Amino acid sequence: MTKLNVNGKVVEVDVDPETPLLWVLRDAMGLTGTKFGCGMALCGACTVHLNGSPVRSCQLPVSAVGDQAITTIEGLSPDRSHPVQQAWIELDVPQCGYCQSGQIMSASALLAEKPRPSDADIDAAMSGNICRCGTYQRIRAAIRRAAEIKAG
Amino acid sequence: MSANPVFGKENVSRRDFLKTSAAVSGGLLIAIALPGCGKKPAATGEASFIEPNAWLRIGSDNSITFFCDKSEMGQGVYTALPMLLAEELGASVAQIKVEFAPPGDQYINNLIGGQITGGSTSVRDGWEKLRKAGATARHLLVAAAAEEWGVDARGCKVADGVIVSPQYKKLTFGQVAGAAAKLPVPKDVPLKPADQFTVIGRSQRRKDTPSKVDGSAVYGIDVKLPGMLHATLAQPPTLGGGVKTFNDEKARAMPGVVAVVLTSSGVAVVADSWWRAKKARDALSIEWDAGPNAQLNDAKISQTLRKGAAGEGKVARSEGDVNAAIKSAARVVRADYELPLLAHATLEPQNCTADVRDDGVDIYVPTQVQQIAQATAAKAAGVDAAKVKVHTTFLGGGFGRRLEVDFIPAAVEASKAVKRPVKLVWTREDDMTHDAYRPPAFDQVTAAFDAKGNLTAWKLHLTGPSITARMFPAAVEKAIDPFAIEAATNYPYDVPNVHVDYQQQEIGINVGYWRSVSHALNCYVAESFMDELAFAQRKNPADFRKALLGKHPRFLKVLDLVTREARFGYPRRGHAHGLAVMEGYGTYMAQVAEIALIDGKVKVTRVYCAADCGQQINPDTVVAQIESSVLFGYSALMWGEINLQGGRVQQTNFHDYRVARMNDAPRVDVYVIDSTEAPGGIGEPATALVAPAVCNAIFSASGRRLRSLPLSRHRMA
Repeated sequence: MTKLNVNGKVVEVDVDPETPLLWVLRDAMGLTGTKFGCGMALCGACTVHLNGSPVRSCQLPVSAVGDQAITTIEGLSPDRSHPVQQAWIELDVPQCGYCQSGQIMSASALLAEKPRPSDADIDAAMSGNICRCGTYQRIRAAIRRAAEIKAG
Repeated sequence: MSANPVFGKENVSRRDFLKTSAAVSGGLLIAIALPGCGKKPAATGEASFIEPNAWLRIGSDNSITFFCDKSEMGQGVYTALPMLLAEELGASVAQIKVEFAPPGDQYINNLIGGQITGGSTSVRDGWEKLRKAGATARHLLVAAAAEEWGVDARGCKVADGVIVSPQYKKLTFGQVAGAAAKLPVPKDVPLKPADQFTVIGRSQRRKDTPSKVDGSAVYGIDVKLPGMLHATLAQPPTLGGGVKTFNDEKARAMPGVVAVVLTSSGVAVVADSWWRAKKARDALSIEWDAGPNAQLNDAKISQTLRKGAAGEGKVARSEGDVNAAIKSAARVVRADYELPLLAHATLEPQNCTADVRDDGVDIYVPTQVQQIAQATAAKAAGVDAAKVKVHTTFLGGGFGRRLEVDFIPAAVEASKAVKRPVKLVWTREDDMTHDAYRPPAFDQVTAAFDAKGNLTAWKLHLTGPSITARMFPAAVEKAIDPFAIEAATNYPYDVPNVHVDYQQQEIGINVGYWRSVSHALNCYVAESFMDELAFAQRKNPADFRKALLGKHPRFLKVLDLVTREARFGYPRRGHAHGLAVMEGYGTYMAQVAEIALIDGKVKVTRVYCAADCGQQINPDTVVAQIESSVLFGYSALMWGEINLQGGRVQQTNFHDYRVARMNDAPRVDVYVIDSTEAPGGIGEPATALVAPAVCNAIFSASGRRLRSLPLSRHRMA
């Protein structure tokens, strides 16, 4: 059994140690908000927080996680009240929406580190997340809006 | 795809009639039932349905449920279609709950002839139907309330699902739903004129956004069923190949593996988790039958198309005598254009969950074609289509990829073999290497000027494989594939001699509908070449076009708007402008691309797009769809190409099939013209104009005319 700290709860899962965290979250724990897109850390759909930093869960063996705190989209807020989620709703960012869990996790990690990110900061933090619907312009605007909401 | 009723169903919208029946809950069930309901749709060949037909259910608990017959793949039907209902029903959009509809002939898209989400038709198809459905329901509900009160229905008002009498008595929809179900259905309830709209044309927050920011939206890949197993598939690496023999000894011994199943699409491994299924799949030892494409490569495809181009195509449009005009011309300009295969690369890899039981089959699937999905699953399970229930999930991107059903049979066959629900998910590599790719093209275009410099002839000879010939063969038996000649037959310029023909030339592999379909191919050729002609005549590309568009006020409007907003012809220092225009899906568009050449590489800095799409339903979605379409066309233009070697697709994932990311995305500015013309499609057209606008800007900046794509092939991206 592997012990994991997911969204503030300690859980035990019975999985092979080399299983990527993505599939532990999705198949063993039923947390399907985190998406599979490429399996090679190229698209960012599987982004979660590990101790607050964004990681691609499709390339992270569960055995490497240990007791580090994992946050998934389901654990970002209980009620869509995280500033990034509020801004995403306000600007109607998602289209098909498949990449947006990953986008939101990357954006929320960015804002935690840099409350007023520059365009270059946004490019650097977000360019690992592919959106095939091309919502980048709204994502950029929503990150700025989330920064405002956060600042109050 | 465009709005042609080509798939064997006549357009029946004018003969709609309505019927109601008491719903189980005692509520009102209202449907637009179409003549021929229950008959087999031509597109599927075998579907027939026993489920009740319905758009709208109003429960005695005041619930309003809309059965959404279109798939939500980002284009916003989940919100725009309820808006059409709400406008006439007298309920708020927020009150309407959306459920995806099952397959059924009552849901046939009048513009296509099957239950299909595609061709930017969703709003156009629903425009009259759904407003009528809403208006008729309101009429019945008000009549029932008025009867209860003993007042004249004409004096009653309706808002937010509440009917108010002239004496200010109130009844909710739920309170009168049961009584309303017993009333005779009126035939022609008048619809509101546009100047009375209170919902249509006012931006409405998307109803699906909340579930898409907290991870709760359910895509196909997220389906969970009790006792469900997970599967992945080993598919023939050569397109069109098959399995010769395989050894699964090692795979079967691996932990969690439940079964290895030889399916019609390859070898499926079924396990207790997807990761274990994938690991075991990678341990299979398979001898493949390469099939007929073992020698197929890019050069061969190009040769095949060039050879095919020598033939006389089927004439799609002919006016005047182009050959005579060319013969007598003072100046003739010719060019050849070539376009590569492209993948769809939806971010959600193809998947299907199947539950095959003795008493029936359920499939849970992100699909754009519910009836075809049903027929496909039925065939794979060996049961009647009536036994198959199709549950449509959210789609993690469609772009035409999910008009295909190639990911369904293996899931059904695997579930049948293990007698448990099975969710089959392709890897990204499977998805990239087993697409139905956008057709390549080899197109030849010739134009002639007379001695005064007037454009006297336009001759466009298109060559490429036909998608429709494979997907809906009956539709093209006697006709040209309508999805090969878009943005070609409707060449808008005022030229006396016009000839457009299409030479179907197959290349040995399946090609598929890809966002904006042949618009993207043909607009690139036509609008690049129009630019060539403008420069050949030393004319400003905007003025050159305008002079030939005098008969098209809607074209002139968008052209004027975009050139004004972009300050076309006066780019910022170090930048260049390019222009393209197109009509597609009933929408008129003009784009200006602003680019910079930096160290020989093209940086697309801005794209300005003006659109006249007629009456807008949800204006913010119109803007979002144009932004999205531009980026989709931009990725293809910059880097998009699928290469074949030995019949195998060379690209496997996003490292070698590059798509736009945040740091490469140009700014997109959208200008939409206020209009009360009939709605035009908006999900696709803007995709088609990006390539010619950018290539025209490149020519303006460098004098280099790029007649093949992508730009990365020219080392310019």
